[in-house]
Amino acid sequence: MIGSTTLPPSGTGAVRRFLREYGHEILVALAIFALLVGVGLYNPRFVSARNLTTIFSGNAYIAVAAIGMTMVIVIREIDLSVGALIGVLATISGTLAVSGAPIWVAWTVPIVAGAAINAISGILVAYARIPSIVVTLGMMAILQGGLITATGGTWISNLPPEYLLAKMTVFGLPMPLVWAIVLTILAGLWMRLSPFGRSLYLIGGNAEAARAVGIEVPRRIVAVFMIHGAFAGLATLLFATQLQVIQSTTPPNLELIVITSAVIGGVSILGGTGTVFGSSLAAVLFATIGSALIFVNVSAYWLRAFIGTLILLTVMADMLRRKRTMKGA
Amino acid sequence: MLKRHGHETVLAGLVVIALVVMSFQSAQFLTTGNMLNQGRLMAEVALVALAMTFVIVSGGIDLSVGSTMGLCAILTGVLWQNMGLPLGVVLAIIPLIGLICGLFNGFLIIRVGMPPLIATLGTLALYRGLAEGISQARSVRGYPEWFAAIGQGSILGLPTQIWILGIALIVAGVILGLTRWGRTVQAIGYSEPAAHFAGLPVNGAKYAVYAVSGLAASLAAILFVSRVSTTRSDMGTGLELDVITAVVLGGTSIFGGRGTIIGTALGLILVQVLKNGLSLAGVRGDGTLVLIGVVLVLTLVAGAFMENRVRR
Repeated sequence: MIGSTTLPPSGTGAVRRFLREYGHEILVALAIFALLVGVGLYNPRFVSARNLTTIFSGNAYIAVAAIGMTMVIVIREIDLSVGALIGVLATISGTLAVSGAPIWVAWTVPIVAGAAINAISGILVAYARIPSIVVTLGMMAILQGGLITATGGTWISNLPPEYLLAKMTVFGLPMPLVWAIVLTILAGLWMRLSPFGRSLYLIGGNAEAARAVGIEVPRRIVAVFMIHGAFAGLATLLFATQLQVIQSTTPPNLELIVITSAVIGGVSILGGTGTVFGSSLAAVLFATIGSALIFVNVSAYWLRAFIGTLILLTVMADMLRRKRTMKGA
Repeated sequence: MLKRHGHETVLAGLVVIALVVMSFQSAQFLTTGNMLNQGRLMAEVALVALAMTFVIVSGGIDLSVGSTMGLCAILTGVLWQNMGLPLGVVLAIIPLIGLICGLFNGFLIIRVGMPPLIATLGTLALYRGLAEGISQARSVRGYPEWFAAIGQGSILGLPTQIWILGIALIVAGVILGLTRWGRTVQAIGYSEPAAHFAGLPVNGAKYAVYAVSGLAASLAAILFVSRVSTTRSDMGTGLELDVITAVVLGGTSIFGGRGTIIGTALGLILVQVLKNGLSLAGVRGDGTLVLIGVVLVLTLVAGAFMENRVRR
């Protein structure tokens, strides 16, 4: 859809086109807004500055990780190892921070290491032609097992205060929130406007056609996996610096939360469509639902059932919409 | 023989090598007691893996098996202790719940037309969420002794699980390898439109495959609850990954159309031998996870290269 419409932007046409292209993203944003208003009326403490900071800032790392995942899914691949990768990168970064390395080193190494580790998955997918779901399944086992073997399950504590990026603020706004917004906008524009970014939609939509117009598909697959790894590194920085300690495990099912964000944000698992704006908004939507449940006195144990239902409904709506567009065309 | 069953032969070789190496590492490894106990421990994963072989051969995938197992485990406890149903009745209801979970997956995939990966990712969250919501993180204990006999007892000197596994293995092997149903599933995985135009009951076979996957997960839940005599809502977490690893290691193509029950059985045995042998040799469980990951990736790389050579 994106990149294929070449209508000149003019008056109401531009508005309509914007609505058509970003309909899904607008829907997710409206859902967040409705939740904030609805639950806020029921319990005003829900929209207090403190709770909003917890919701948006505390989950910003998921939005950042979902940016890279969006690119991976747009080219019709998947990555199950991102949760384990974030765990490994957090330990690497924390170890550097407490061992007296300069703080900027502790901040940059995870980004580079993330890209390097994911390059392996990318190469196996692009050149050995092994499906990404199995490659990253194996990668997940290797990273998860490797992490606990190396650390023996111990936590890293006594992190230097100047390392704790997530606790810093910019113009009064929490750092993770600023990062998530800036990275989402930059990545969104890059995917929308740059030739490289646009080629990803072609690869996902029709790899044969992409090859025919001279795009080196395997090389781009490796590149996308590396970019995704770098975003996992950025997400790690926001995740690992939230608390005073770094555990040697990751939140269970983190990879599923990240993939689900991308899917609910409108990224079709069939490749070729979806934007990072949608994924980031969906990550926020999750966090809002999770917090809202607590404020309306529904046990948080039901959260996952809600998310599951949400995934199924979103995908069903997406399928219906596609069917209608196909009939209309 | 080598040409048609190259992967299985390589795998059988690996199993033998692993057995020999591990028996040198620990005196306890190659004892009857240990081997039988390993058979008991692998039963839950193995039952689900046999059903998953059909799912993957049909070109699909079922990520929700671990959650289905968790939901069935929780319902066993809730129906029996909180609702006061006799345990015997509960044991008849649980497989039905597994079937319903599987059929709902089938409905989403066949009727609604969702990609299997996404549909079962959704139900993975949904079923686990239901298990967590229903249990409210409370566990159920105090099962009667006759129930524990299923998961802890023996028949004619062999653990109950080995009998169940043996029967399931033969039934699955015969159906996939020798019957029209098995060939239908393979044809669907090879090319769904072609299977459709050949007049095969495509939708019926796909429904059956997902229903059996749910059923297997519910039986695994009963075995597991009986073996550990308790239920918790996080039971079966990550089961889908263990199962898919064993099936893919066994040579079933993740794209569908190709795969054997013998391969899956060998994949399961290899994983279990590595896990058990290494833990007896003093390697922690997490080190084993690394090795399983490496073995999985290497097997696939080797397979990909062999296939490329055959194609040329």
